[in-house]
Amino acid sequence: MSQIELVEISKSYDKQQDVLNEINLIIDEGEFFVLVGPSGSGKSTLLRMIAGLEEISGGVLKINGKSVNHMPPKDRNLSMVFQNYALYPHLSVKENIIFGLKAKKVDKQERQKRLLEASEMMGLTELLERKPRELSGGQRQRVALARTIVSQAPLCLMDEPLSNLDAKLRANMRVQIRRLQKQIGMTLIYVTHDQVEAMTMGDRIMVLNDGKIQQVGKPITLYNEPANLFVASFIGSPKMNMGKARFSENGKGLIVEEQLHIALDSSFVKDVHKHPQLTIGIRAEHLLPGTNENTNHFMEVVNVEQLGNETSIAFDVGSELWTAKWPGQWSIHVGQKVPVQILPENLLFFDSETGDLIQSALKDKGQEVLAI
Amino acid sequence: MSMTNTAQIIETGLIDLEQVKKKQRIKSFFKGMAFLLPSIILFSVFLFYPMFRTIYLSFFLTKANGDPTVFVGLENYINIFSSPIFLRSMKSTFLFVLYTVPASVIVSLFLAIIANEKLKGIGFFRTVYSSTMGVSVAAASVFWLYLFNPSMGLLNQILGTFGIEAIGWLTDPKWALISVSITTIWMNVGFTFLILLGGLQSIDSSLYESADIEGAGYLYKLRKITIPMLSPTMFFVITVTIINAFQSFGQIDILTQGGPINETNLIVYSLYREAFVNYKFGSASAQAIVLFILILLMTALQFKLGERKVHYQ
Repeated sequence: MSQIELVEISKSYDKQQDVLNEINLIIDEGEFFVLVGPSGSGKSTLLRMIAGLEEISGGVLKINGKSVNHMPPKDRNLSMVFQNYALYPHLSVKENIIFGLKAKKVDKQERQKRLLEASEMMGLTELLERKPRELSGGQRQRVALARTIVSQAPLCLMDEPLSNLDAKLRANMRVQIRRLQKQIGMTLIYVTHDQVEAMTMGDRIMVLNDGKIQQVGKPITLYNEPANLFVASFIGSPKMNMGKARFSENGKGLIVEEQLHIALDSSFVKDVHKHPQLTIGIRAEHLLPGTNENTNHFMEVVNVEQLGNETSIAFDVGSELWTAKWPGQWSIHVGQKVPVQILPENLLFFDSETGDLIQSALKDKGQEVLAI
Repeated sequence: MSMTNTAQIIETGLIDLEQVKKKQRIKSFFKGMAFLLPSIILFSVFLFYPMFRTIYLSFFLTKANGDPTVFVGLENYINIFSSPIFLRSMKSTFLFVLYTVPASVIVSLFLAIIANEKLKGIGFFRTVYSSTMGVSVAAASVFWLYLFNPSMGLLNQILGTFGIEAIGWLTDPKWALISVSITTIWMNVGFTFLILLGGLQSIDSSLYESADIEGAGYLYKLRKITIPMLSPTMFFVITVTIINAFQSFGQIDILTQGGPINETNLIVYSLYREAFVNYKFGSASAQAIVLFILILLMTALQFKLGERKVHYQ
């Protein structure tokens, strides 16, 4: 098992603009660590730097406490799964799996043993003689994983491995990869742009944007207490509803996008006077259907999506489009005014200028994560 | 009554549909032909007609202006195959192919591999290596004619500084074919280099990265990834180079004119002389047909043998 430490890692091309900016990070042994961010955020570059495929412009990369900045990829004792799987099209599945072992001159018996083990694990025993072009996307993916298994490297890097698969297969492979990682106990660094993958797979997630760390933490923490507006809007599907907000003159109410009035005392938010401009956020599941007693807003529906187990309803709030997720099936028409309950304790407050979180939803704490 | 009516309507409807389909098919056929017409005309005038005319002429004796006179059947063919000069030029041609093709491919493969590295200023080397493609056969031949010059040529001067006796590059029967081959290899390299470099660059870089991580060395990668992945390109290059070698003419005409003692008298040059120096168009046509069949067979053989070893993505 490997432990990775990044100390002020930077990357710039041609000594110009920084692609990655002083990344400090420790990835624990046996951890499933996910790097997530929009395209161009530098997440793949970071992964390739750890792999040794990309030069490190500044900072120190340590694996198990030793600096490996100038070590070639093959000496870093790791394996990697590429987005396109990087299978050799002219070699059979079997030869693809043991390619690295042959290159490292592992003896024949050991090679055969590891091959059998890995192909059984990945359900490839029947396919060993086939060429990659005769395999489906999912099978190719499994060959790439089998290659990782036979290498017995304590660290595995994956660069968007599921992005070429269809949705159903992707869900399936998510579980497989997760199980595989737990079974072998390797350290896994997983790059994706898909926040659902990040949320569902990672022990910890790092959100990256514009080459800077936005937040590192457990998936639930990122969801409940996003450190800034970027993380808030990036993590969660549908994305968090946001709006510019200010307190009314008497300080007894919050006005969102000059449209919604939420009864709330300004003392509810700590140090509110330090932040002249506020942005509030509320998750889709917290725009609750109002009953006769507790309805505090009526909102006009602009779109309805029936998902079967829940109904997704969109509203116009000022310049923003807000989405509510109501469990069950609701018969609602576009244009209808529906009763909605917005509770102040579900609101997250951000400073509009810096984007930083001022206060997360009070209700989330202790209530959302149920322990069994 | 109404039943039969509907049946009729359905039937007539079907017939109409068939007719419409037929009309559309005819229309699209003529449309297609209209698009093909320019190339059909060009090919007919410059390829198909000359080819059939050559086959026709090869069965005749001709006047000096090329008009056929006496039908002689296969006599032209029998004559050329019993002529020691033609057999000699067949042998020279095969030797020439043997000298030029493997050497061209190996040299350009080597250049392509080193020019595929990501280095500063590699564009300059790529340009230089592929530049011979832009040099015409005539210019290249004249340039090599100077290099090969027995007394003031650069090659002999270099040999002279090492104290080696001057070589009659183009006049010595032992060396003439080799000298012509060297010129041809030099001219081939530009094109084959460019094609091979293109082939190398189309190999997915993630294959090499994956191999790097798995601990493969340079030669292992070259043997297990580069060469197999390049095989379709190699196949193309080899086929084209072989055909070109069989058809070489310009450099022979300028460098040696088929001499010394017919040592470099390749088939194309031999048939040119037969036709335009000796005015024996019948015999020349027969040689042309033999060459055509030879190239056809070689290429067919190559596809038969080579295709199995070639990996297509």
